[in-house]
Amino acid sequence: MSTIKGKVWKYGDDINTDVIFPGKYTYTVSDPAEMARHAMEDLDPDFASQVQHGDVVVAGTNFGCGSSREQAASCLVAAGVGAVIAKSFSRIFFRNAINWGLPALQCPAAVDALQAGQEVTVDLERGCIEAGGQSWKFPELPAEVQGILTSGGLIPYLKAKYQKKA
Amino acid sequence: MGKTFAEKIMAAKSGRRAVSASDIVTVKPDFVMSHDNSAAISKTFRGIGVDRVVCPEKVVIILDHCVPAASDKYANNHKVVREFVAEMGIENFFDINAGICHQVLPEQGFACPGELILGSDSHTTTYGAFGAFAAGIGRSEAAAIWATGELWLRVPETHRIEIEGRLPAGVSAKDVILSIIGQLGADGVLYKAVEFTGSAIDGMSLAGRMVLANMTVEMGGKIGYMTPNEETLTFVRSRSSRDFDVVTSDPDAQYERVIRYAAADFVPTLSCPHTVDNTAPVTDKAGMPFHQAVLGTCTNGRLEDLALAAQMLKGRQINPAVRLLVFPASQEVYRDAMRQGILADLADAGAVIMNSGCGPCLGAHEGVLADGEVCLSTANRNFKGRMGNPNAEVYLASPATVAASVLTGVITDPREILQGGGR
Repeated sequence: MSTIKGKVWKYGDDINTDVIFPGKYTYTVSDPAEMARHAMEDLDPDFASQVQHGDVVVAGTNFGCGSSREQAASCLVAAGVGAVIAKSFSRIFFRNAINWGLPALQCPAAVDALQAGQEVTVDLERGCIEAGGQSWKFPELPAEVQGILTSGGLIPYLKAKYQKKA
Repeated sequence: MGKTFAEKIMAAKSGRRAVSASDIVTVKPDFVMSHDNSAAISKTFRGIGVDRVVCPEKVVIILDHCVPAASDKYANNHKVVREFVAEMGIENFFDINAGICHQVLPEQGFACPGELILGSDSHTTTYGAFGAFAAGIGRSEAAAIWATGELWLRVPETHRIEIEGRLPAGVSAKDVILSIIGQLGADGVLYKAVEFTGSAIDGMSLAGRMVLANMTVEMGGKIGYMTPNEETLTFVRSRSSRDFDVVTSDPDAQYERVIRYAAADFVPTLSCPHTVDNTAPVTDKAGMPFHQAVLGTCTNGRLEDLALAAQMLKGRQINPAVRLLVFPASQEVYRDAMRQGILADLADAGAVIMNSGCGPCLGAHEGVLADGEVCLSTANRNFKGRMGNPNAEVYLASPATVAASVLTGVITDPREILQGGGR
């Protein structure tokens, strides 16, 4: 999981959780495969049917604003998205993404340069994004956050912690 | 150098002597709130590998998002929650007859000044109106607190919003916050603590203060805090017997930004489709037809909101081209409004009085929109698809604007309808 390779899905600013995963499904859809089918439903009807494992969502500022619904992150994981790169993230979405082991990377320069459909590589260990012969560094995540991300999310992280204790 | 409210609370709840903005701390919250999503949280909790909720007395669960259940799926979801709270001995459980979590939690005395409340709902920021540090978290994080009693948080920088003077007639807290969100943008205070100060805040009703704190998250804020005024302290003391300390920022605390407004400059304001920061004065859209209006939600379903609308609608009829749904924020608000004749006045005018709960705000039930329909709502979000249909539009407004508009059947400036408002 230290290297992610896929195609860019590019969107604008203030992409909210209602268009990523509509509220009408939040209590009725919980199967990951079915969640994946509704990912980005009210933003991009082509996304769910065409997204490939390892693809990267690239967006402007305040990605994931709105509801605290964790499915906004988990439906992207279920759909196979390898990372989200944005100019900035809404606070709760950022936490939810990390807690689901989904790298949420803040890198405005990469966002400006990356084009929809372009092949992109994200190297989490080296902290860089590469595409079309260009490369961008993204800021290191705090150690506490990095630990959760590398465990694959908050629940696997806690599970491991409790197993160690036992 | 002095400390901000946020720095003081984060230090106290993490057991450190002092912390500064951008530090990462592990905190023990006083309460953790969840709602219908408690069913999903309970499944996640069971996956962690601990047997019991470590702090059942800190867990507050309120069913509100789809009450009563709209389908077998929602019903089974509620059933899972009821069985879980019984199994774990969670006493602070409120079933479908209580109301919306953000109204019920303070009514039941779980929001005191200086406390830390985390909730798996973005509008948890509402309790900042009570002088608490209150922030939204995700479902897995709520499960983590149930299992461990703690969670990591980043200490936020603080932005101070000062509002001086008196709001003009026909202008309420809702118009103030919509207007500020329009000016600062949906990410205007991303990840920041927001502190509201100034004479307009000092004199604002508790219901109005709750509107400001509730909607702080719509401009990206982590918390929206106000120093409790006398009305707030009286309310808190009548609801809770816990001791508390009012925590305030030091005079020399470091603010990342200070933004000043004059209360007199605010006007009745709308958020237009499909983002909350797409604001306009009501006068810009005056005369525009709509189909449904919603008065209620965790933003504007309190007694003062319903009373104001009833006062404007009493003895009149809403325009037959529109329908009005009323959702009192809690059963307590419902009963008070019933006893005071407020619900009778609204129903006599043609409103449909619904049960207390989130109603159609998140598109689950009780007033979902048809294709091409326009809704005028006192809620806090107007995202595409929010009310259950991506082919519908939602405008956000104050209770006064909603009441004025249902009378005429088109979007109407409340100052035209309110007594002494220039007619």
